[in-house]
Amino acid sequence: MKIHRAWLVALVLVLSACGGGKGWHLTNISGVVPDLEFRLTDDSGRPVSGADYRGQAVMLFFGYTNCPDACPTTLAKLAAAMRQMGEAAQHVRVLFVSVDPKRDTVEVLHRYVRAFGPRITGLRGGQAELKTLAKRYRITYSYGKPDAEGNYEVTHSSAVFVFDARGKARLMILPGDGAKTIAEDLKRLVAG
Amino acid sequence: MSGWFEFLLPWEFSPLAAALVIGASAAFVRGARRAPPGQAVGTARWIGFFSGLALLYFVMQTHFDYLSQHMFFIHRLQHLVLHHAGPFLIALSRPQDVIARGLPTRLHDKLLSPLWHHPLVRFAYRLLQNWFVAPVLFVGLIFFWLTPEIHFYAMLSGTLYHVMNWSMLFDGLLFWFLMLDPRTKEQGALIALGPRIGLLLAAAFPQVFLGAHIGLATHDLYTVYGICGRAWPISALEDQQLGGLITWIPAAMMHTVGTLVVLSYWMRSK
Repeated sequence: MKIHRAWLVALVLVLSACGGGKGWHLTNISGVVPDLEFRLTDDSGRPVSGADYRGQAVMLFFGYTNCPDACPTTLAKLAAAMRQMGEAAQHVRVLFVSVDPKRDTVEVLHRYVRAFGPRITGLRGGQAELKTLAKRYRITYSYGKPDAEGNYEVTHSSAVFVFDARGKARLMILPGDGAKTIAEDLKRLVAG
Repeated sequence: MSGWFEFLLPWEFSPLAAALVIGASAAFVRGARRAPPGQAVGTARWIGFFSGLALLYFVMQTHFDYLSQHMFFIHRLQHLVLHHAGPFLIALSRPQDVIARGLPTRLHDKLLSPLWHHPLVRFAYRLLQNWFVAPVLFVGLIFFWLTPEIHFYAMLSGTLYHVMNWSMLFDGLLFWFLMLDPRTKEQGALIALGPRIGLLLAAAFPQVFLGAHIGLATHDLYTVYGICGRAWPISALEDQQLGGLITWIPAAMMHTVGTLVVLSYWMRSK
C-alpha cells in the first residue's frame, strides 16, 4: 500500500493545480470537478443559475422529496453542521436539486426544504436541464418501477459537492462524514 | 427502436476516437484493395480488424460509455475491450502493412514514416516494448487504475477518465502487437516466440489475483459508483462481484488464447 500512497499523493498534487490547501477532513475535489453552473428553477418558482449563488459557499446535492432515508438524513446533517457553524453559516447555502420533477412541484419542494432549515433552497428543472447538470458533475439518477399506488424509488447520487464563494468546486461530503467534520471544514472554507 | 438508435449515439463525442476509427478503416480498405498479387488480405484478417475496431468504437463512442461511468462491472467490460479484446483482434489481423499501403502517400512519406523512424520514437518504442517493461506496464496499469483512491478520482474527473481509457487502449495495442507478432526473432520480432509464451502466462496471474481480490471482497472497494449514482438499481457488492469476475476470468482466457496463437506460430516456425 505504500506505493499506492505515493502514487495517490503525486496524483492529487497534479490534480489540485492551484493548490487547494491541505489538511481538509472532507474529500478534496479542487481542480477535478467543474465550477458551479446550472439553469434551474428555485422553490419560489424563480429561474436561477449558478452565478446567482456566487459570494457564498454552496453545498450542492441531488435527491427527491419522497426519498425514504438518504436525502432526509443528509439534509438534517447539513442543517446540523450549519447550526454548529454559528455566525459563519450566513455565508453558506445548501442547494437541494430534485431529480424527480414529476412529483416534486415547486410547492412540494418548498415545504420540504423549509422543514429542514432556513438556508436550504430546493431546485427543480425539466429532464433536459437535469441531464445536462448530471452529466456536468458525472453523476446519474434512474427511476424504479412504480408500484400499485404509482410510487417509485429513485436511485441517485449520494455526494454533496461543496463550492467556494467563487463557484469553484473544493470539497466533497461523503455519506460517512459527520456534521462536526462538515462544520469545521465549511468554517475554514468561508474564512477564505 | 429510437431507444436503440439513441444508445448508439456518442455519450461524449470524441473527435480523436472518430478520426482514428474512420481513418484506420479507410486506410485498411484502400490498402487491401492495393495489395500486390499473391498478398491479398484474407477474410479472417478483415473480420479480425473490423470486429476489433467496431468493439472499440462501441465501448468508447456510444451510450455504453455512459453505463461504464456509472456501473463498475460495465466499466470492467469496457476495459476488457480497450485493453484486451479490441487490441487483441486488431493485432491478430496484422494490419500494419495494409494500413501503411492504404495511407495517403504524402501523409505516409512526409509525416508518419519520418515520425516512426525518428530516434526518439524508436527509443521510446524499444523501451516500452522491452520484454520486462511491456508486461509490467500491462499489468501495472490495471492495478494503478483499480487502486480505490485513484479510481475514485478517475471516475469523478472527466479529464482523468479520458486519460485512463486512452492509456488502457494505447497500452493494449502496444502489448498485443508485441505478443502476437507472427515473426520469429530472426525475422525481426522484438521478443522470441518461446519466451513470449512464458510472458503471456506470467502476466495473467496478477490479473487472476486482482480479479479474485475484487470479486471476493466483502466490502465496497469502489465507493465512487454509489456516490455518483448507479445506472440502475443493483447492490454495490453485486456490481463489484461481477466486476471482479470480469477482471479475472475473461482476461485470463485472453491470455490463454494468446498463448495458443503464439504456440501455433512457434510450431509453424519449427
